[in-house]
Parts: sequence; C-alpha cells; structure tokens
Amino acid sequence: MHIVVCVKQVPDTKIIKINPKTNTLDRRSAPAILNPYDAHAVQEAVKIIEKTGGTISVLSMGPPQATAVIKKSIEIGADRGYLISDRAFAGADTLATSYALSKALERIGKDLPVDMVICGKHAIDGDTGQVGPGIARRMDIPPVTNVIEVTEVNEQEKTVLIKRKSTNGNELIQADLPCLLTVEKEINNIEYSPLPNMIKAVRYEPVIWTVADLENVECTQLGLKGSPTIVGKMFTPPKPEGGKRLEGSSDEQVKQLMGILMEKKELLTLQSSK
Amino acid sequence: MKLEEYQGVWVFIEQNDRVIEGVSLELLGAGRKLADKLNVSLAGVLLGEGIKPLASEVITGGADEVYVIDHPVLKDYRTESYMKCIMLLAEKYKPEIFLYGATPNGKDLASAVATDLNTGLTADTTMLDVDVDNRLLEASRPAFGGNIMATILCKKHRPQMATVRPKVMKALEPDTARAGKIIEETISLAEEDMRTKVFQIVKDVTKKASLAEAHVIVCGGKGMGDLQNFGLLYELAETIGASVGGTRDVVEAGWLPHHLQIGQTGETVTPKIYFAVAVSGAIQHVVGMKNSEIIIAINKDPNAPIFDVATYGIVGDAMEIIPKLIEEFKQVPINQGGEISYA
Ligand SMILES: Cc1cc2nc3c(=O)[nH]c(=O)nc-3n(C[C@H](O)[C@H](O)[C@H](O)COP(=O)(O)OP(=O)(O)OC[C@H]3O[C@@H](n4cnc5c(N)ncnc54)[C@H](O)[C@@H]3O)c2cc1C
Ligand SMILES: Nc1ncnc2c1ncn2[C@@H]1O[C@H](COP(=O)(O)O)[C@@H](O)[C@H]1O
Repeated sequence: MHIVVCVKQVPDTKIIKINPKTNTLDRRSAPAILNPYDAHAVQEAVKIIEKTGGTISVLSMGPPQATAVIKKSIEIGADRGYLISDRAFAGADTLATSYALSKALERIGKDLPVDMVICGKHAIDGDTGQVGPGIARRMDIPPVTNVIEVTEVNEQEKTVLIKRKSTNGNELIQADLPCLLTVEKEINNIEYSPLPNMIKAVRYEPVIWTVADLENVECTQLGLKGSPTIVGKMFTPPKPEGGKRLEGSSDEQVKQLMGILMEKKELLTLQSSK
Repeated sequence: MKLEEYQGVWVFIEQNDRVIEGVSLELLGAGRKLADKLNVSLAGVLLGEGIKPLASEVITGGADEVYVIDHPVLKDYRTESYMKCIMLLAEKYKPEIFLYGATPNGKDLASAVATDLNTGLTADTTMLDVDVDNRLLEASRPAFGGNIMATILCKKHRPQMATVRPKVMKALEPDTARAGKIIEETISLAEEDMRTKVFQIVKDVTKKASLAEAHVIVCGGKGMGDLQNFGLLYELAETIGASVGGTRDVVEAGWLPHHLQIGQTGETVTPKIYFAVAVSGAIQHVVGMKNSEIIIAINKDPNAPIFDVATYGIVGDAMEIIPKLIEEFKQVPINQGGEISYA
C-alpha cells in the first residue's frame, strides 16, 4: 500500500491579524503551521499503514519554508516527503493547485504506484475544500470527501470501505482503489509522536522539485496564469446599525423585554404541552 | 472560449430522499435576481431517481426552466454519476453562471465539475451580485478567517461557478402561478461502471432537530465566566423551550460540544429569536446568526459589537438579568406563550 498525503503550510488563522488600513494580512502576526486537517490526514495514513504495511509519502506545494510541514508530517509517521517549489507555481488558485499537485503525484507514482491519496477537508487559509476533488478528477480516480472513518481496506479486492458525512447524514461507501479521500478532524486524534520519528524528522531532508523536474507540464496551467479566479476587491463587511437599546434598571429592562416578546408572539410557534 | 456563447443562470437543485434542500430554494431566490439583472433565464438542474415530480417545485421557486435527468443510478448522490450529468448539460447548454449550495455534496460536485470544465469556482460565498456591463459574477466570501470579505471574479472562463452557504440567501415565496419549461435529458449510466457504491445512509436526525432548525436559540459566550454559570442558560432555554448554542470560545473552554458552536466554523442558524448572552459579537460569530429574525443581546460592555446586530440590546450583567428573565417567563401562563416552543 502506498498512500500519499497532501499537506499545506498555512498561517494560523486563529491568531492572524488584518491591517485595518490596507486590508492585508499582517503575516508576522501569524506563525506558519501544518494545516490542522492535513495533520489528521497524515495520522489516518499512519493508522491504515499500521494494518496493511506499506509507505506513506507526503506532498506539499509552497515556498522553501514549507519543508517545515513535511518534517512535522514525518514526526506523525510519514516515511518520505516531497516539496514542489517554484516561482511558476505562485499565485495558484484551486484549479492550478490541483493541476500542479497531480503532476507531482504522477511523478511520485512512477517510482511507486499510488494506491490512495488523502487530503484535508479544507485548508484553513484558503478554506475551499476544492483541491482534493480537483486532484482526483485530474488523476481520474474516485474522490470521497468529508470522510469520518476508514472502516476497512481490502488489498486483495482493491477496495476501501469508508464513512463520509453527506448533506443529510452519514454514508457508508465502498470505493475502488486507487481513490482520493478528504478527511474531517473527527476521523482520529493526533497521537504523540514516538521519539524515533522526532529524531528522524530533525534530520529529514525532503525531495524538492521545480517545474523542470515534473513531466508533461503545460506551463499555462500553472500559478497565476493557470488560475481562472482572481480577487477583485477586499472590504470589511458593512457594519449594521443595530437596534433599540433598552433603558433603565435591570428590572425595568427585563420587564420591557418581556413586553416586547409577548407582543411578538406571532413569531413563535406556541405550544401548550411538553 | 467564446464567452458570449454562454448564457443563463443555473442552480444545482440538491435533493436528498426526494426532498429539495433549503439552500437550493434559497439559490433560486438569489439566482432570480441575477438572471433578471442580466436579462436571461434562470434554470434549475435536477438529478436523481423518481424526482420528476419535484420539477414543478423548482418552477414555483423561481426558475424559468428545469433540466431533469431521472435515472436509477442517480438514486444516491455520487460524484462520478452526478458530475457526468452536469458535464453533459453544461456542455450542451452553456450557462454563464452556475450556483451550488455549499453543502458537503454540493461542494464535492462543484469542485469536480469545475476541474473538468476548466473554470473558476468560488467557495462558500455569502454575497452574490453581478456587474451587468461586463456580465461578471461578483461572488464575495469571508477571507483570512473571516476578518474581511473578498470578492472573487472569474473573467475569462465560463461558466462562472460558486458554492453558496446555506441560510444566507432568501428563498422566494412559492408562486404556483409561475409557468416554466421542463426539459428532460437522457444519459447512459451503468452501475457496473461506477467505482463507488453507497451501501447505507444513516440520516442525521439529531442535528436537524437541534440548532439549524431551532426557532428559539439561547447562545452563551465566554463572558458567562464558568461552566456552572453557563448552566443558567440551560435553565432559561428549558423555561422557554429553546435550544442552547455557544461561541467558539465556549466550545474551546469545553463548556459545549463542537456541534453546538454557532458561527463561521460552526452552524449557521436563522431562528425567530436569538438570545446572545455575554457574547462579544466577533465577526466570525455574527456571520452565523445575523439572519435571525429578532436578536436580543445581553452584555455588560455597552460597546460590544454584538449591539450593532441586535434588535434589542440590554446593557447589564447576565448573572443578574438571566435569573430575572427566567422568573418572568415562569410567571407567564402556558397558554399565553410561556412555552416558546419550536416543535
Ligand atoms: C478562523 C476563525 C474562525 C472562527 N469561528 C468562530 C465561530 O464559528 N464561532 C464563534 O463564535 N467564534 C469564532 N471565532 C472566534 C471569534 O473571533 C471570537 O473569538 C469568539 O466568537 C468570541 O467568543 P465570545 O463572544 O464568547 O467571547 P469574548 O469575545 O471573550 O466575549 C465575552 C463577552 O462577554 C461579556 N461579558 C463578560 N461578563 C459578562 C457578564 N457578567 N454579563 C454580561 N456580559 C458579560 C464581555 O463584555 C464580552 O463582550 C473564530 C475565529 C477565527 C479566527
Ligand atoms: N499547496 C498545497 N500543497 C499540498 N496540499 C495542498 C495544497 N493546497 C491544498 N492542499 C490539499 O488540499 C486540501 C484542501 O485545500 P483547499 O482546497 O485549499 O481548502 C488541503 O487540506 C491539502 O490536503
């Protein structure tokens, strides 16, 4: 079994600050981290490989600093890491990102055929969840999104049994291998990294490829050029006016509120029994 | 690509168990406005098995046309079969704008379709407009963790596609007098060719019954102080028959499970009455509740941003106000509305 996990380096949006004058990111305010969903993706690969045996590769696209998230993935238990890094990739939207990653996957698959690709449900910076299904289409393998459990991997039959969150509940799905999964956080808990992994990660040097290392790449499909979407403008959402402030002591305010609510009874479905 | 060959606004009509998802009707409402501005027709795309009867609902919801593909293989949603249908229709009829609900299945489908159509797709849109002069869809969405909005454009590719979050657009009142055209298409699909099989669907009844569908919500924030004080909100909720939700900070403090989080990274809710108690009103929270009909904010800080979205604001200490409210509601005889219930 060979699983490739796509991992992205993202600014920690929990702490990120926006410069209110320019509406741009204050990058210094946010440390770069491994996209949390991708950490769960790596962890799930580790869980699967523990049962089936095999190899976990991680693949990232980004600037040279993105090697940090590959090292982090090695800590969790990945065996190898690949970074594709080139100016030509810069400014990519989801369409161009999935194109570049699928070309790298093609190259990885030449050395060792890929049985499964795992992505995060979404990246917390781009927040789209579109890259995973995009890669699957480009590789022509079935995508299964919003996965909450990998129930069974059957290597003989080349199938996998999966639970996914669908719009109105959970589904149990069987997919042929190779396939691509995108995972929810609840799929697993990130385990403490074993010491040997930590040591390996410190010394680990990922394979770094530029566009020239990939085959049959159409440069018009990469980066900014290959991105059909552009950001038109940025704006802070219009600030609403707000309504009525109730006045007086807390008793008076409570009384006023009760009065208002009793008048608005038509809004409420009134029910007289429990 | 000849952009002018592409015309019309399309909405993917998501149905599950032959029930149309609310977001699809909301998109017909939003799509109607775009189509009228552009002076083109609005069409719904309806896929599934035994779903023809739903077509009239799409027309009363605002569409001029409905494209229907009814096939046994389409019984349950699957990326591969559904996208084949969409590709067939989109390549044949060439819409200029194509909207999908940002549900798990809608996002899955749109992402796959965008790749094969080689076009742009904006995710999780919360505002939609169109520039009539250059016929560009302006799809705006929260960016960088919701602190600001970004308007995404797709200038040189068609269709212009977007997924749109549920409950931010408004559905139209169903108009049974509306006339529309139903266009049936056929496709050859074979179960043996499918690489995925759906074995079982376990419907999520609990979620539907709680926040997303609740008519009255009591939402607590970090200002409640601790888990014990937070308990006051349960008491209020019980007295009036409401559901309890919370902010992300409350969930992170472990006072509530994640599925009760309201906001950008939680549920979007649109109850008739929303109590925001000791909630500051951060933008990421507000996007998930601002379409509630009546918002009542209780906060001790008169400058808290929650007051900007509140219909009624009370400046005061929640520990004092909430017990009083509970008392008052207990006084109200049942038949006068002492049970504000959401059935
Ligand atoms: C990417 C991202 C996603 C996010 N997603 C969400 C999300 O989905 N949902 C969400 O809620 N947040 C989300 N947040 C977090 C959000 O930015 C805020 O941090 C959060 O909503 C604040 O929660 P709060 O109002 O409970 O707490 P605080 O901001 O700490 O506010 C507490 C309020 O309580 C008031 N108060 C204190 N004591 C009392 C008292 N005794 N009586 C009355 N009032 C009192 C204070 O005046 C204050 O206004 C997200 C943030 C990011 C960056
Ligand atoms: N630059 C990237 N490098 C590697 N993987 C990525 C990259 N961008 C996105 N992904 C993968 O695609 C998933 C969804 O990302 P997104 O569509 O941007 O929300 C992420 O969780 C990653 O698994």
